[in-house]
Amino acid sequence: MRRPSAGFRLAARLRIASAPYLFLSPFLLLFAVFGLVPLAFSVAMACMRWDPVEGFGSMRFVGAENFAFTLGDPWFWKSLYNTLWLSLAAGVPQHVVAIPLAYFLHRALARTRNAIVAAYFLPYITSTVAIAILASALFSTDYGLVNDAVRSLAALPGLGSLLPAEGVDWLGSSRAVKPTVAIVVFWRYVGFNTVLYLAALQAIPREIYEASEIDGAGAWMRFRFITLPLLRPTMLFGVTLSVIGGLQLFEEPFILTPDGRGGPSHAAMTTAMYMYRTAFEFNDFGSASAISWLLFAVVGILVFVAYRWLRPRGAEA
Amino acid sequence: MQRRQLLIAGLLSPLLARAQARARLTVAAFPSVDAILKAANGDWQAREPGVELEVVSRAMVDHHTAMVTSIATRSHLPDVIAIELSYLGRFAGSGALEDLSQPAYGARELSAQFVPFAVRQATTPQGALVALPADVAPGTLFYRLDRLEKSGADLGELTRSWESFVATGVRLKAETGAHLIAHARDLKDVIVRANMGPNEGTYVDHAGRVLVDSPRFHRAFELARQVRVQGLDARTTAWSSEWAEGLRRGTIATQMMGSWLAGHLCSWLAPTTAGLWRAAQLPDGVHCAWGGTFYAIPKEAKNKPLALELIKLMTLDPKRQLAAFKSEDSFPALLETYGDGFFEAPIAFLGGQRARLIWRDAAQAILPFSVHRLDPIATEIVDSALDDVLGEGVDIPTALGEAQRMLERRALRA
Repeated sequence: MRRPSAGFRLAARLRIASAPYLFLSPFLLLFAVFGLVPLAFSVAMACMRWDPVEGFGSMRFVGAENFAFTLGDPWFWKSLYNTLWLSLAAGVPQHVVAIPLAYFLHRALARTRNAIVAAYFLPYITSTVAIAILASALFSTDYGLVNDAVRSLAALPGLGSLLPAEGVDWLGSSRAVKPTVAIVVFWRYVGFNTVLYLAALQAIPREIYEASEIDGAGAWMRFRFITLPLLRPTMLFGVTLSVIGGLQLFEEPFILTPDGRGGPSHAAMTTAMYMYRTAFEFNDFGSASAISWLLFAVVGILVFVAYRWLRPRGAEA
Repeated sequence: MQRRQLLIAGLLSPLLARAQARARLTVAAFPSVDAILKAANGDWQAREPGVELEVVSRAMVDHHTAMVTSIATRSHLPDVIAIELSYLGRFAGSGALEDLSQPAYGARELSAQFVPFAVRQATTPQGALVALPADVAPGTLFYRLDRLEKSGADLGELTRSWESFVATGVRLKAETGAHLIAHARDLKDVIVRANMGPNEGTYVDHAGRVLVDSPRFHRAFELARQVRVQGLDARTTAWSSEWAEGLRRGTIATQMMGSWLAGHLCSWLAPTTAGLWRAAQLPDGVHCAWGGTFYAIPKEAKNKPLALELIKLMTLDPKRQLAAFKSEDSFPALLETYGDGFFEAPIAFLGGQRARLIWRDAAQAILPFSVHRLDPIATEIVDSALDDVLGEGVDIPTALGEAQRMLERRALRA
């Protein structure tokens, strides 16, 4: 039998050594094209003035001018305030409701649990268009179901003086639009968090509860001293997702407010919406990129704060 | 050898087939304009038998976003772009469109055939004619005759001046419960659009000066505030379901908009109200445009001479202009059509009124004004300032002063 030549052996070795890269290359290529290149382009864009209708040739370097302009723009600060307001108003109740709800579903329901969880999860997978149609049917000032319900309640003895005499302009008044958007966001994501916490609860060993019951712990004690501490890693994960999702909030205020403007006086215009409009409606892609990086910084800071607050005890910062 | 020849022939056949395919002219358009273009295909084939007309249609906003992307990347550019008036300023100043007044196109000589204001809208401050107008939208006042009669007021009172318009609204509300207009913003929009001086655009003048903190805007804001304070607007925005319902039920008594609204009211918005609506000139004797469609040729287009031929067919052929008017309510920009008998025909939906004559007068009376690339952001800034006045109680000088500063800050960056 003839021995393979040295060249053949080297080629075979090279093929084996490069095989992992070969197999990884489709992902790496796609990631580079659709992930890294846009990211790098966005960094470059944040330092450029560019009106896309003038073509790439019109792009010129302006350094940090886009950041300076954005930081001096009252609409940017307003959008950031709206974003933080909506993140808190919609995000905090999601967890405050989802944790006890998941605990109740875990402990009290057995046969109907899956059906109920599916019902709570449904809004999360409902299409945005369907939500827009539903919201218009619910929150219309003159013809909406919510105002119909308010009017019906107001007709009851003793309630008339407590409820508004005229239909509330849920999406057309600057005072009502933010809470309305927050309610829709809460409704859409509370089911997702419930599923998250339910999965975590199911992973807690039953023996711990049994041992605590033998030691005389009641339901509240078990929830307070067993469930909550063991849910901490999941809470960190859920809160991190809520912080990121809340600060990037776009869809709900965009579809709920007329013309996607964020309501009167931009009362519900989030930073992500403002970024989109700056780029695609006002044709200022440089400032839009600067807004995106400033938003990224805010997201990073708040995720870090959430991590410091909820990190598992004993973990390194 | 034979197999090799067959293989080569097989490989080359798609290329040969492509070479033998008919030439193609691509037009990018949006709804209703796409229908007008498709309807013109027969005439186009008669003119250019070997050239296939391909119409690429997208929703209005998507179409203009796609055109921005195509121009930015210089890819997938059509030979002809349809542009709606509100986007024209953005494209006109970009340098991405052919100047049709150049000798190669010779469109400057053609411009006298259109209503003058439309040509001015397509002309840049540097004098380039970047598009030709296909249709215009003369602003008109639609009003519910039954509501007006019930209130005891007449058309003269409704339209004599803006003050009498508001005063009639008070009577309408008291006698019929109907709101005068859909949103106080509508009143502001008409007044700021209709009272421009020479060389002024809506928000920015020819020299780039911001005009927001001016008497025109102060008056518009003051009247809008009066309407809101007296509860005369339904607080609904156009094209919302509440707005459509208000038009159907008669809880909105008037609507100022382009003449094309008559077609929408008749076909789907409020067909059950046939005979109840009438059209009139806008109050205070003003005239303004409410949109319009233009055709332009991108600098990177492949078939520019053919593109010009198509634009001429769509804008200068009276037959095509009138066909679009009859089928899609696209009011002609071509003056030659204005003598056609169709203008004098009664409109059944408007109770047999010969309203097209009113719109024809309005189209010819609209004063030329220029569009600016800052118009979209300026509209947003001014609308937001009005929101602050109407909803937050901010006083008008403060709101307009802040709007002026915000717009100047952006204008300075340009």
